[in-house]
This record gives sequence, C-alpha cells and structure tokens, in this order.
Amino acid sequence: MATVVALPLPALPSGWSADKDFKVVGKVTQDHATQRTIEPVGPHFLAHARRARHKRTFSEDDRIQAQERAKKVEENDDSDISEPEDPMMLQRDAKDWKSQDHYKVLGLSRYRYKATEEQIKRAHRKKVLKHHPDKKAAAGRVDDDNFFKCIQKATEVLLDPVTRRQFDSVDEEADVEPPTKKQLQKGNFYKLWGNVFKAEARFSKNHPVPSFGDDKSTKEDVENFYNFWYNFDSWRTFEYLDEDVPDDNENRDQKRHTERKNANARKKKKAEDNARLRKLLDDCSAGDERIKRFRQEANAAKNKKRLEKEAAEKKAAEEAQAKKEVEEKVAKEAEEKAKQDREAGKKAKEAAKNAVKKNKRVLRGSVKDANYFVSGDPSVATIDAVLGDVELIQAKIDPDEIAALAGKLNGLKVADEIKGAWQEEAKRLVLAGKVKESELKAFN
Amino acid sequence: MSEKKAAPAPGDRVVIGLTFGNSNSSIAHTVDDKAEVIANEDGDRQIPTILSYVEGEEYYGQQAKNFLVRNPQNTVAYFRDFLGKDFKSIDPTHNHASAHPQEASGTVSFTIKDKEGEEADPSTLPVSEISARYLRRLVGSASDYLGKKVTSAVITIPTNFAEKQKAALVAAAGEADLEVLQLISEPVAAVLAYDARPEGEISDKIVVVADLGGTRSDVSVVASRGGMYTILATAHDYEFAGFALDKILMDHFAKEFLKKHGGKDPRDNARSLAKLKQESEATKKALSLGNNASFSVESLSEGVDFASTINRLRYETIARTVFEGFNRLVESVVKKAGLDVLDVDEVILSGGTSHTPRIAANLGYIFPKTTTILAPSTTPTAINPSELQTRGAALQASLIQEYEADDIDQSTHAAVTTVPHVNNAIGVVSLSESGEEVFIPIVQPETAVPARRTVHVAAPKDGGDVLVKIVEGNTHIKVTKPEPKANGDSKAAKVEDAADSDEDSDFSDDEEEEEEEKREKVWKIGSTLAEAAIRGVKKGGKVEVTINVNADLTVVVTTREIGAKGGVRGTISA
Repeated sequence: MATVVALPLPALPSGWSADKDFKVVGKVTQDHATQRTIEPVGPHFLAHARRARHKRTFSEDDRIQAQERAKKVEENDDSDISEPEDPMMLQRDAKDWKSQDHYKVLGLSRYRYKATEEQIKRAHRKKVLKHHPDKKAAAGRVDDDNFFKCIQKATEVLLDPVTRRQFDSVDEEADVEPPTKKQLQKGNFYKLWGNVFKAEARFSKNHPVPSFGDDKSTKEDVENFYNFWYNFDSWRTFEYLDEDVPDDNENRDQKRHTERKNANARKKKKAEDNARLRKLLDDCSAGDERIKRFRQEANAAKNKKRLEKEAAEKKAAEEAQAKKEVEEKVAKEAEEKAKQDREAGKKAKEAAKNAVKKNKRVLRGSVKDANYFVSGDPSVATIDAVLGDVELIQAKIDPDEIAALAGKLNGLKVADEIKGAWQEEAKRLVLAGKVKESELKAFN
Repeated sequence: MSEKKAAPAPGDRVVIGLTFGNSNSSIAHTVDDKAEVIANEDGDRQIPTILSYVEGEEYYGQQAKNFLVRNPQNTVAYFRDFLGKDFKSIDPTHNHASAHPQEASGTVSFTIKDKEGEEADPSTLPVSEISARYLRRLVGSASDYLGKKVTSAVITIPTNFAEKQKAALVAAAGEADLEVLQLISEPVAAVLAYDARPEGEISDKIVVVADLGGTRSDVSVVASRGGMYTILATAHDYEFAGFALDKILMDHFAKEFLKKHGGKDPRDNARSLAKLKQESEATKKALSLGNNASFSVESLSEGVDFASTINRLRYETIARTVFEGFNRLVESVVKKAGLDVLDVDEVILSGGTSHTPRIAANLGYIFPKTTTILAPSTTPTAINPSELQTRGAALQASLIQEYEADDIDQSTHAAVTTVPHVNNAIGVVSLSESGEEVFIPIVQPETAVPARRTVHVAAPKDGGDVLVKIVEGNTHIKVTKPEPKANGDSKAAKVEDAADSDEDSDFSDDEEEEEEEKREKVWKIGSTLAEAAIRGVKKGGKVEVTINVNADLTVVVTTREIGAKGGVRGTISA
C-alpha cells in the first residue's frame, strides 16, 4: 500500500525542539477543497460509503473489516458440523442402517437436505478422525468399529446423489408438520405455512419454487404459488423403505414376489404422498385469508357491474311505478270527479225534473184555479181543450220556460190574468214557430 | 412495471453487467471475481443495438443489422440516445437508413410492422417499448448463457445522461423484467475494468478515458485516487465517431466504383448505400487488425458486383481529418479539467472505434512517454476496448449484488458521494542527490477526503535524528527552451547534421530543436503545515509517514521509524 521513496529525509536541524516532537506550523486552508462527486463505483468506493454511513474512521473500519474476515475464516472451519453426539446413537448397530439418521450420524442434523457435498465430506472426515477403530484400539477398546461403520454407511448413502435422494425422500426429521388450529390462532399464518412449504419444496423437480409470501403478496403471486403446488412435480421416491429383496438365486419366485410387492408399496406410498400434499394445500388454501380477499375483491369487481345494472333497473322500475301511481291517481281523481259530476248532474236533473213536475203542476193547477176560464162548471170539452193546450205548451217549452211561466202564473189568482199569461205564452210559441195556431184550442 | 414484481432478494439475484450502447450493446458476468463477456446465441460479444421485424418475427443484434439492407423500414437502430428525450431534442441523422423516429403521444416513436400478415397494421411503438424489447432479448441471451434467469443488472450510461433519461432507462429495464441495481457512468466502468484486473494496482493517477463509439465520442478525465474515481471533466462529440470513418470509406469506395464501372452512384440508392455502409464497416474493422483489407459487395449498384482492396496507410491518409478530430477532442478535455498532458498518467481507449491503431498512436504523440496508452495496438495486455464498460459494469454488479436496493440507494446518495477534494497536494520534504529540497507528494491533489495515504521515506544514510516536514505542494509545468550550448551536448544530432551539411538543414534543425523544448511537471513546495522529529533512526532505516485527511480537512500525521516502537502523531486542525 505504501509507496517507497528513496530520497532521504533531511536530518533534524540542531536546536529543533517541540512538544512531543510535533510542531504545527500552518494549516490547510479551507479554499483548498472543492466539492466534487465521486463516482459510486468500485470496491474502494464501497469502503468509503461504508465508512461514511457508519461514521467510521479508517482504522476503525480496518479493524471491523478484519474481524469480519476473520469470522468468515472461522465459519469455513468445522464449527458448522460440531454437534453433540447422542450416546444412544454411538451404540447403534451398523446393520440396521436403514433406520439410522445419516445426517445425525455425521452431525449434520441442522442442515439435512440442505447440506452441501462439501459439508458432508468435511463432516465425514471429522467423524472418521474421531471414531476410527484404530484410535479406539489405541484407547484399549479393540474391535469397537460399530459406529465407524455407521459413519461409513451414512457417508456412502449421502455422497451418492441417487441414494441421498432416496434417503431424503423418507427423511421425516426434515418435515415440518402442518400447523394445528391452535398454533394458527396464536402464530403467524404465513410464517407457519411458509415453513411447511419450504420444507416440502425440497422435493420439487422445478426450481425456483415460488414462496408462500405474506398478506401483502399480490394476487398473481398467490395464484402462482397455488398453481405451482397443485401441479407439484415431486422427485420423492419410496425405494428406501423397500423390503429387502432376497438375492439368493434359489427362490426366484420369492424374489419376484418381493419385487412386485415393493413396486406396489412404492406406488401406494407415492399416491398417499400426493394425497397428503393435496390435503395440505386444501387445508392451507381453506384458511388463506388472501384467497378470500381476492375472491371478495374479484366478486366486488364483478358485482359492481351487476349491482350497478340492478340499481339502474331498480331505479327505472321505481320511476315507472311512481309514474304509474301518479297516472292512476290522476285517473282516479278524474273518475271521481266525473262521478261527482254525474251525480250532481243527476241530482240537478232530478231537481229540474221535480221542478218541472212542480211547475207543470202549477201550470195545470193554474188553469184549474181559473176554473178552465169559464164561469160555472166547465164542460168536459172545455176542460179537455184547456188541458190539451196546457199539455201542448208544456211539451213545447223547456223546463226554464216552464219555470218562468210557472213563476208568472204562481202569483195570479184571477182567471183572466192567468188566461192572459197562457195566451201570451202561446202567442210567443206560435211566433217562435214551435206551436201552430191551429193546434191550440183554448189559448188562441 | 417494477412495482408489479417485487425486487428479488439479494441472495436470489442473478446479476450481469450491461452496456446498452447506441450502436452496440454487450453483456458480461463475473466468474471468480473476473469479468467475462457473454456471447449471445449468434456468438457475438458486441451485439448491435438494432431490432428488426420480418413477418412478425423479431430479430435483434447482428441478424437485425443484416436486415438494414433488405428491410430498413421495419428495422430500428440507434435508438438508445432517444430514451427519455423529447422529439425536439433528438438527432435523427443516423436513423436515415432505418425506421425513422416520429413524434407520437409526446414521445419519440417508431412506426414498424411488427405483426405477421401482409395487411397487419403497422404499430407505433415508443422508444421506451423498443428499448424494453431489446433489453429483454439481451437479458434472454444472458439467461440462456448462464442457465439462470437474470434478475438484476448494472447498466452503464454516458456521463451526460439526464435524470429523465436515467429514469426512462430504468423504466424500460423494469419493463423487460430487469432490476437495475445501479447506473454507472461509462468512463468509470472502463477504469474499473482495468483496476480490477488481478495485476492492476490501485494508485493515485489521472486517467483520460476516450470512449470512441459508433455515433458519439465521449472523453472524460478521471482522477483515480486510491480506487476512488472523480470525474474532473468530460467532453462529448457527435462528429468524430465511428460513423465518420465509415463515411470516409464509403466515399472512397463509391468513387472507386464510379471510376471503375461508371454508371449510377451507389450512394444515390438506399439499398446500395446500405450495402456500401455494411461492407465499409467490415473493412474498417479488418483494417484495425491487418494491413490490408478487401472490400467486396455483390450487386452494389445496378447489378454490378464490386471488389477492391485498401491498405492501412491509404485509409489512414484519407481518414486523417477524423483522427485529428479525436486528438483535438482529447486535448480539449484535458485542458477543460485544468490539467496538462503531463499530468495524465493513463489513457484508456474504450469503445469500438478504439481498435483503430492510428488513433492510439496519435494519442501517444500528444502525451508524454510516461503516459500509458491502454489500447490493443499500443499495450499488448490491454483489454478489448469494446468490452471495457460491460466488464466494469459486471464487476460493479458482483460487488453490490448482496446489498439491499435500499442500501445501494443510500450508498449512492449525494450525501455520500459528494465530498470535498483537496486542491493542493500534501507531502513531505526530502533531499535530492544534490541536496536540494524536493517535494514528495503523499496526498495528491483532487483526492477525495477522508483519505489516508502512507509512504515510506528513506532516512539519511547515517541515520540519526530526522526532520519530517509536512508541506503543501502543487505542480507547475516547467518549460526548458533548449539553450544554444545544448547543440554541443547532443553529439548524435551533430552527426546527423554533418550528413546533411546544409544551411537548410541547420534551419530545420533549429526548428526541430524548438519543437523539442523540454516540458516537465515540477512540484513546488508550498506552505509548511507541520514539522515532526524522529529521533535515533538506525542506519539505512526508513520512516513511515501516514497522512490522514479527515472530512473536515483536519490532517492527522503519524510518523514512525519502520520496525521501531513509538512514533510521533499530531493533528493539524483545519
């Protein structure tokens, strides 16, 4: 880092002295700095940004960086595979390797399917160094190679990708149980289920596996997630649980029988596993608030149109109803009025009729009062002639004229006056051409 | 848009460096901290920034470029510079032989037939859409190459890109499903590409980056101070660029064609012109590599085939004006930065046109011999100039891919990037052989503060007590005119003179002498800031001087003898 300059420094002049051998003479003038923008590019800028943002000085930053680097080195160390060994595990018999947890044997139970090949190799080496039978022999325990065999078997299984997958397929330790209702009530729905699917994702043939997301995930993401999982393509196999096929050549039938049985068992287990995943998804989606929300939103959007349409229809119907009511009201009113009018007319008519009848009586009475305009007992012919004329006139004139005539006649008591009135009327009618003079017998 | 899809988590990012140029684009990624340029499916590392549509089929890159001859109206080229600009402020010159830009709905657009079928209506696409489609193809190529979906990129941009253009570029990238981690300026990307080489060492230097492209040339002066870059000056030129060289070759061959065959001028016919341009470009590239290049076009004009050759010397003669233009451009920007050519430590040639050996050679003449010209023809270890920027971008992408987008934003915020730069150098005084005081710069001018520099200075031969005198310093250019007696000194010149032994030659000699006046950069000792004493230094010992300039311009000086305990530390307040 430091440049080396060959030209020598001057010797200290005699008599130079200063406190702690340092003497400030001048100062950097302020105008010796220009504000410029450094380009935010390159590792050294990142270092600068780190220092500026964390307000570190050069030496502080150097120290912190050095510490971080040192930590990284340590992580590369075997610290990630140091797990306490279960004494029960150490007693295991290598023969039942099928039931052994290979990851645990190697001290990788934290990593499981995530463990890298590199880690497995390192773990193996570490375990071998510790459990090698020769070392045990040195400690006086001869022929204690049981756990060593377990280690070898575990490494054998885990280092071969095919057998490792077979083991991973049935590695229940790596499963995350779906959350119970109780857990869901208390815990975070998304986190709990997210962990389940994260664990299940290890069986996926397709990558990347969409994440479960959280309540802020978009509809697209959520749909994507469920589509992916409902069409999940799993590499999970159940060969690991196969019954041992007898490999002696003696009993071929037995061998074939076992093979068939194994194949069927695998198929069955695979189907069960698919059903299990499906149920998992159904359970999850049933409780997924996001789906409900999206459905509601979709419905809301869809309904919005329908509701608008319905509202419009309803409004139109209401308006039509109102209009109809108004019309009906008007019609009713009109009808009522007409009825009233009719009744009034009828009454008036009746009244008029009565009036006419009365007046006619007056008219008839008037001639009777006037003793048919003769002195003494009138002859039947006279009466007939007079009444005939009265009837004729009455028939020819309208009720008003009858009323007027009756009014005229009402006050009169004297026979001549009455006759005069009648004659006047008859004359008027004759003049009006309503009655012919010849028709009149008494009032001409 | 980018809101639609959440930005990928830092751990899931697949990053590339991307150069989206006006003429060519390229993509790069990093393998073990080394940048590697990705070839697309056609095997091109320089992918022409061209999109072409033929019967609804989309072509890009070299394939699209080939369609400039047969299908120019549905081929969009040279559109990068239109991004985020008004129709009023764009220069459509280069689009003459392809789809023409138009103004539609307030943006620059192109009308092209991008759908299948004869009667399909042509669509009018804004330049943002064109860019997005093109970027999508680039990202697709990179994804295919890497076998993983590329999610994020660092994109290089010219230094004069306005905020609006940047925003338009980020939006177009978002449209193409690409997260833009950062936009970095092209010259700095080029410097970074050189500095990040394993053999590259970080020192305090002034770098001139000449980015000579197809349609524009951008030259910048960058102060590289301990790996931090500050752009001191920039110049942009739209005249002297690759196309000017093509033009010269086109004219040359068109004239030759007329001389040989007569008939119609191929430059008068659009298709002939396109063929002429395509072949001229190829010839130009061939001339950058070899001394001779052939030029042959079938049916150049009216069915007449044409074949010819040109040698490099001829080319350099006819293109002299353009080459001189590059020189002037570079000189002007050095001047603009307030510097002298003597201050420049490195010249980085970047961009496709930089392959031309003559340009590098010419620049070599302007700068002193101590200046390194980083071009393929002058420095064998030089990086391919066309790939510099994208390499820089890829390196930057690999550096920042682990950071959250917020973190990147905050780190590139003006509050972090704008810092004071010291104007005067700060250094110590040493003694030259002749016993004169000389200035040893420790903190160079234009260094961003806070800064820390350390030098190891030899102590006097006999050891003992030494004085460390911290001073400011600055440079000036010392011009030494050759004195008459200098003639006597240079015997060699005399001998040559003797051979000619003429009055004229004497005259010309003088002239030469005058041209050879000696210009030197000399440090001048300025005001003294502090003095410190180191006592009892061993014989042949060395003194380490560390200068820390803080953000508030206080200077902390630490000196000690190497290998000894203790030391002297002092602070010079601002």
